[in-house]
Amino acid sequence: MNEFNELFIKYKDLITLAVYGTAIMLIIIGLYAVLLKKHLVKIVIGLSIIDAGVHLLFVAVGYIQTGTAPIFSPGYENAADKMVDPVPQALVLTAIVIGFAVTALALSLVIRLYKHHHTANIEQIKSLKW
Amino acid sequence: MKRYIIFLFIAVLGWTLAQTFRAIPFGADRRGNLDQPDRVAAFYLKESPETLQTANSITAIVVNFRGFDTLGEVTVLFLAATGLASILYRKEEDDETEERITLISSSLVRTGAKILFPLILLLGIYVFIHGHLTPGGGFQGGAIIATGFLLMLITYKRFDTNHNLMVWLESLAGLAFVATGLYGLFTYGSFLQNTHSVGTLNDLISGGLIPLIYIFIGIKVGTELTNILDILLKIKPGKQS
Repeated sequence: MNEFNELFIKYKDLITLAVYGTAIMLIIIGLYAVLLKKHLVKIVIGLSIIDAGVHLLFVAVGYIQTGTAPIFSPGYENAADKMVDPVPQALVLTAIVIGFAVTALALSLVIRLYKHHHTANIEQIKSLKW
Repeated sequence: MKRYIIFLFIAVLGWTLAQTFRAIPFGADRRGNLDQPDRVAAFYLKESPETLQTANSITAIVVNFRGFDTLGEVTVLFLAATGLASILYRKEEDDETEERITLISSSLVRTGAKILFPLILLLGIYVFIHGHLTPGGGFQGGAIIATGFLLMLITYKRFDTNHNLMVWLESLAGLAFVATGLYGLFTYGSFLQNTHSVGTLNDLISGGLIPLIYIFIGIKVGTELTNILDILLKIKPGKQS
């Protein structure tokens, strides 16, 4: 654990960049797919990617250097000072379920649109133009 | 032109996010004082093993401290399942074949699925019963159960999930959740109040209402996700209406 601590301090900037950078890149990639892709299923996939990025960002904000999961298992009853922030994790647990519900509902709408217009390309669905 | 506006928008958004998160150091301790909690994270980390006797403090937050919020979450999931069913609903027509999968799976897959199915259900039930002790909980256990049903649905052509039983189980689990909350409201004066002793840390029956509520949530989420998968798999390809 001590070794990891030293490594963490040594490469702190790099780790910060990697974690936050990945999360922000996921959000940007998802937004790109939502705004520029023409296929409805790809837009729904973009929404899911934004979801993943936001979840990663939340958990990363709650992380504490060399922290463990906030679970008081036998042997860890008094280790609260080593545990990461549980609030973002609880929020992400909620957000994952809501994200799933949103994806399922969006996909069902895509299926309905496909059956009605015989295409999933938003360029050819005239009533969806913006 | 539109494309460049969107690229500009995305670049501005990315730059803003990057600037924001440069001000939040990664890995810094932001929980506050753990002995005399002044922030919400410290409060939860202190209270969950002491007053609630719950090993998994995330579960303690989700079900106990913010139980009403979880009821809303379950409602959102229920509404999504209902919305999906009503959007995709259509009358059964006689000329349509019953088969939902055209390719027959090999005997290896069929035998393997038969062996794995009860084990996956068992794992799901384990995960939601031990939600207050180990990582996991009602939502995760329910998702695992739905995975088992998905395995059977895509392996066997005529695997029937008994839609009515699923709907009844789901409704009863949801009602039981609300009834537990109302019982606390009428006997102790607040919604989802712990009505029995919290037990000792790391016992199977500890944490007050958490195991009970998570069993309801596990059943509800498992049946709900199975219903969603069932509806999505019932869509007939090719024929368009």
